[in-house]
Amino acid sequence: MIETLIGMFIIFMIIGAIIALETTDLLSSVISVGAIGVAVSICFLLVGAPDIASTQLVVEVLTIIILIKATIRHDLVTIEGDREFFGLTITLVLLFVLFVFGIKAFSGLPQFGSPAISEFPRAASNRYLLSGFEETGSSNIISSIIFDYRGIDILAHIYVLFAGIWGALAIMRVHSRKKKRKDIDGKDQ
Amino acid sequence: MVYTLCFLLFLIGMYGVTCKKNIVKIILGFLIMEYSINLFLILLGWKEGGIAPVVDHSVSPDVLVTRSVDPLPQAMVLISITIGLGILCLMVAIAIRLYQRYGTFDITEMNKLRH
Repeated sequence: MIETLIGMFIIFMIIGAIIALETTDLLSSVISVGAIGVAVSICFLLVGAPDIASTQLVVEVLTIIILIKATIRHDLVTIEGDREFFGLTITLVLLFVLFVFGIKAFSGLPQFGSPAISEFPRAASNRYLLSGFEETGSSNIISSIIFDYRGIDILAHIYVLFAGIWGALAIMRVHSRKKKRKDIDGKDQ
Repeated sequence: MVYTLCFLLFLIGMYGVTCKKNIVKIILGFLIMEYSINLFLILLGWKEGGIAPVVDHSVSPDVLVTRSVDPLPQAMVLISITIGLGILCLMVAIAIRLYQRYGTFDITEMNKLRH
């Protein structure tokens, strides 16, 4: 039942992705990606991940705002056509080959609905579920994993996030630092 | 079946990254790939009839072990979504700078290392 429902949502996402990539209007494609994000959020709600779903919704709104800011202020002129025909054909053939091998790989995964933790009682996730509430005092096991069991791991992730924001700020800097120093030197002299 | 559909969504995003000329479309392709990977990781942890991993009055830790979904991919994906936003900021900043330099979003027009 839930597998069919999620499959329908993913088919909706695939249609949205094709529309987003193939339409000529940039604003419509950004809004299509927003629809995909909302569908992903609903899927998260269906499979028992409410905190991920709320995070996904908030991040989705921010993503749409950033992308619209990037596209609308500049030109909405459509750029027609793909790259040259030969390269496009080769890319599509390679993607198809990847898909065939991917089907082969995905057939070896555990069945949908029976994850590995239900077969191995000594898995780490089972320990988190069993003793997370006692050891950390957090009723939400996910926050106990993020802040206690894997705190240093998440700290390194935050470094990556910080580096990304820092890079964006460095790229978008309006005045260059060199010119300013020259001005200061000139005033001193 | 669900995993294969996720992989199809990933491949559509990869098609956007490799075959599109418009730099905004390439960023959208990246976003679609990111969504499909996050969804795939969460779907891997789904248990039949599973509940969210939250201790409640009616849900003791012993009940959680038998009924809850896998919490580890959820903790991973939560950070992955947030990092995706940071990387998106970086990509959009680079795209805006390229637009200011070349006057277009078309990547086939961007052919100079130094301007």
